[in-house]
This record gives sequence, structure tokens and C-alpha cells, in this order.
Amino acid sequence: MQQELVDKIKNNPKYHELVSKRSRFAWILSIIVLVIYYAFIMVIAFSPQTLAMKISEASVITIGIPIGILIIISAFMLTGIYVWRANGEFDNLTKQIKEGLK
Amino acid sequence: MSRNFILWGAFATLFAATGVFAGGVLEGTIEKQPLNIAAIVMFLLFVAGTLGITYWAAQRTKTAKDFYTAGGGITGLQNGLAISGDYMSAASFLGISALVYKSGYDGLIYSIGFLVGWPVILFLIAERLRNLGKYTFADVASYRLAQTPIRTLSAFGALATVILYLIAQMVGAGQLIQLLFGLPYWMAVVIVGILMILYVTFGGMLATTWVQIIKAVLLLSGATFIALGALYYFDFSFEKMFTEAIKISDGGEAIMSPGGLVNNWFDAISLGIALMFGTAGLPHILMRFFTVADAKEARKSVFYATGFIGYFYILTFIIGFGAIVLISKNPEYTLDGALLGGNNMAALHLSHAVGGNIFLGFISAVAFATILAVVSGLTLAGASAVSHDLYANVFKRGQVNEAQEMKISKIATVVLGIIAITLGIAFEKQNIAFMVGLAFAIAASANFPVLFLSMYWSKLTTAGAFIGGFLGLTTAIVLVIIGPTVWVAILGNAEPIFGSKYPALISVTVAFVGIWFFSIIDNSQRAQKDRAAFEAQDVRCQTGIGAEGAVMH
Repeated sequence: MQQELVDKIKNNPKYHELVSKRSRFAWILSIIVLVIYYAFIMVIAFSPQTLAMKISEASVITIGIPIGILIIISAFMLTGIYVWRANGEFDNLTKQIKEGLK
Repeated sequence: MSRNFILWGAFATLFAATGVFAGGVLEGTIEKQPLNIAAIVMFLLFVAGTLGITYWAAQRTKTAKDFYTAGGGITGLQNGLAISGDYMSAASFLGISALVYKSGYDGLIYSIGFLVGWPVILFLIAERLRNLGKYTFADVASYRLAQTPIRTLSAFGALATVILYLIAQMVGAGQLIQLLFGLPYWMAVVIVGILMILYVTFGGMLATTWVQIIKAVLLLSGATFIALGALYYFDFSFEKMFTEAIKISDGGEAIMSPGGLVNNWFDAISLGIALMFGTAGLPHILMRFFTVADAKEARKSVFYATGFIGYFYILTFIIGFGAIVLISKNPEYTLDGALLGGNNMAALHLSHAVGGNIFLGFISAVAFATILAVVSGLTLAGASAVSHDLYANVFKRGQVNEAQEMKISKIATVVLGIIAITLGIAFEKQNIAFMVGLAFAIAASANFPVLFLSMYWSKLTTAGAFIGGFLGLTTAIVLVIIGPTVWVAILGNAEPIFGSKYPALISVTVAFVGIWFFSIIDNSQRAQKDRAAFEAQDVRCQTGIGAEGAVMH
């Protein structure tokens, strides 16, 4: 990419908006995933009996099972949230930056 | 078994005659099984279909771009299915169901570890990779760095990962097929090797992608059917399923909570890092991001893939528990309390229990197809590392025409296929449990840190990336060798020198610290050039301006 083009894009305030909004969003979501996963793993390593609690008196199901399933579902939901915002808002910004070059 | 007939009534009657010849996997000895005709017929149908696709794909594979990336015209949904196909290997289908069957809840912990890498790949890597890359992840890693050292390192990281993974798949294929189809081990390995060479050399990425998609759809629908069939026995009540599982299982209530899979913090974190960063460093997975048109489709691919993979893991959990109740004490599937053919057969026995011989044949054929699809993806990634990275960019320094590069990639495919067949046969009786772990450790410690920092860290230099990546690679290999899986289990020593099976926490740290340290002390001319080039790379990375587009077919 030519330096001239790079400068032109970097001088566009929309570019900075895109970069800062998207990296903030991406890092926040990544941290959420990491916190959820490592919290789960640490509970297993240090206090496995916590996950062995029953969901109710009458049930044999432990809370570990719905929690595990919820982690799987939350991973899917978080990717959905990111894709929804990136394919809408972020791609619109990118489009505007590209149009600014014409 | 009466419900089985309600469910399959007409179907079973229709195929009763065939069933007699199906020679189930269930009678006879634990090792080799009699020929399973239903399975073989269904597998032949799959092979005929996929070879037809390969013929169709071959007509459309004219350029290097077609060969490596299917012309970049795969949609997000198709690529998502193909990625999930790459990820749902026979090992994860049979292995995770077996783990749930054996230890209940621990299987779920394992699945979650395999899944959580995906959101992170999406947030931090997928679109940048698409915006920067062309054919291989080394394109991205070496984008602004010196080509020769970084491509060589990345290509070797890719080849090491691919070959270890291939051997593990080939040995698994041979053993599984021997068990399911009653074919001799060597014949199974040769069949897998030859079909994979045909798909990849003639059909390139387009055929590999479609083989992967078909297999993913078959596997997802097959697993759905097994899980629904099992739930049907419990009137679709999880409470009932778990209650009966606890009653029947030797583990009792222990199967409902974490057991011994992860019991210290080091292993827990280290396994998590290996699974997460390892997934983000697998060359055949990374390569899939270049098959879509743009960042938008790349993101959609991960969204769909995460959904399919997560759904699949929930199914394996149900299948494992269903198997505890329906087959673990059923004399039809067990001998002296042990499952016929070993725990890995849990999902397959359950498919027979809920759907009879024909359905068992179908699931066996799907398991075979799964192996075939995964090895094809691996071989294509390995061949690309040889032809695009080592030959075209290192050996010929980019001065190469497409026809030559294509020729080399096809030769590389055949050579890799022959290596896979040979090693697959050589390792038949060996303990290969460490291989997939080592492949993930190398991907996490050598491929991922260089790739990640090349996109994110402006001060990265060629020397830093090369030395740090190399240190990560060697640390991973050494720690696996002196750890329990090789030092004790294979070399027969009493105590491991390194106490954990999971080296990633240390080797990934070594790689990152190494890259950081040797980059900041690097003041060479090359280093200044590397740093200066970051700005332009970052703009392309963020916007996709200047990136490779799709071609129309």
C-alpha cells in the first residue's frame, strides 16, 4: 500500500472511530470469554464440589450441567453479538472510509 | 427394545433382509469385526458422491488461487460448516462420547475447552487474517517481515502440526475401520490415503471444502438422530435420563460432577491455553479463512462454526449419558462388563441400540467419511506450506509462475499422502496418544504467537519473531518428550522430568517473552524496516483495503 493512501486513510476521523470502537469491543468480548472460561476451570480445579450441588432438592441434576451448557450457549451468543455489530456498524464505517478515497 | 420397533417399524421390516447380512459390529471378538455390508455400501455411496464432486471441482480449479482457496468464493455458511467439519473429527465424535460414557461430566469440561477458542479467534484474528492473507497463514505472519526466515519457520510449524495430526488420524482410521468394516488395518490406511490424494490433487480446496460440508451435515444429522433416539427412551426428560444413568453407572452420583480430568491449577490453565491458542494456530483451520470473499463472510463463518460445534458437543454429552443407560449393562454390547471394541465404540453401539443395523452402518460410514474429510484438509494445508511458502517464496524468492507452483503443490500432496500412509502403517502398534497434544502445543507455541504479534505489535521484528517462535517450538517439543506421555509411557522411565502432560503454559510464555525480548533489543536495519512497515499493514488489516477479493465461477 502506498504511503500516500495510508496517510489519506489515517487522516480520516472515521478510520480512528472504526479502529477504537472495534478494538474496544473485541477486547471486551474476549475478556468476557476468558473470564467465563477460566472462572469455570478454576472452580473445577479448586472447588469441584461447588459444581456438584443439586439444582433442587428433588432433582439429581447438578448445577454443573446447566452451567456447562450455558457456557457453550454463551460462546455462541457472544460470537453472534460481535458479528451483528461488526457486519452492521463497523462495516458501514469501513464502507464510508472506502468511499472517502474515491 | 420395543420402542425401537415403533420408531423404526416400517423401515426395519423393509430392510430386515439386509440386516441379516449386515453382520453387526456387535458379535464376535473385540478386535477385528466381520465385514459390515450396510456400512460398506453407504461408505461407497459417499465415496462415489465425493469423487463426483472432485471431478466437478477439478473443472473449476485452474489457478493457484482456485487450488488454495477455492477462488475465495465460499460463503460464510458453507465455510462455517466446513470449519466445523474440520473440527469435528472422528476422535472428537467417538472420543468425547466415550469420555462422557466413562466419566460423565468430565467430557463436558473437555468439550468446553475445545469450543471457547472460537469466539476469541473471531474477535481477535478472523477478519485481520482475511484482510492480510492470501493462501496460507505464513502470508500474514511474514507480511512485513523478512520472507525467508519467517516463512521457513511458519512452514515448518505448519508441517509439524499437519504431520503429527495426520499420523494420529491415520492410525485412528486404521483401527476404527478395522473395527467397523472388518477390513485389514493396512488396507484401511491405504484407502484413506489414496482417496485423500485424489480429492486434494484434482479438486483442491473446492473439493476439500465440499467433502467437509457433506461430512459435517451427515455427522450433525446422524448425531442428532442418535441423541433424539436416546432421549426418546426417557420420554425426552433429562431428569429421567440422569436418574437412570446414576442408578446404572458404577460411578454413581460422581458422574454428575467434575472428576479427575483436571485436578490442579497448572494443568487446568495449561490445557486451556493449548486448546484456545492451539486452535488459533492450526494451519488447516487458518487456511479456511482465505476461502471466503471478505471480512464479513469470515466473521459469519466463525459464528456458524461456533454454533455447529457447540450443538455437536451438547449432542455428544447426551449420547454419552444415553449410552451409560442403554448399553453399559446390555449383554448385547458388553463382555465381562467392558464395552465390545472399547469405550470409543459407545456412540456406535448406541446408534445400533436406537436405530438397528442399517443406522449403525450409516453412522460407521459417517465416521469413515469424517476421517477422510479431516485428513484431506490437513494434507491441503501441508501441501500449501511446501509449495506456496517453501518453494515459491523461500526457494524461488517469489519468482515463480502459477503453473510451476501448482505442479509443486500437487507433488507435495502426493508425497504427504505417501508419508501419511507409511507412517500410519508404521505407527499401528505405537502409543500415539501424545501426538494430537503435541500438535496443539506446537500450534499454540510456534504458529500462534508469531501470527498474533505480527498483526498486533508494531515493534515486532524479524529476528524477534524468528528466535522467539523457534524457542516456543523447541520448548513445546522438549517438554512433551520429557513429560509423562513420552518419557514415562513410551520410553519407560519411572518418573517424568517435567510433571505435566500440558506444556503450553510454559512454552507459550517462552515464545511471547522470547519474541518480545529479541524484538526490543533488535536495532538492525531490517528491524527498522519491519517496524516502519507496520502502519501500512495495520491500515489494510483494519479496513481490508488492498486485500485479495473473490473470483467468480
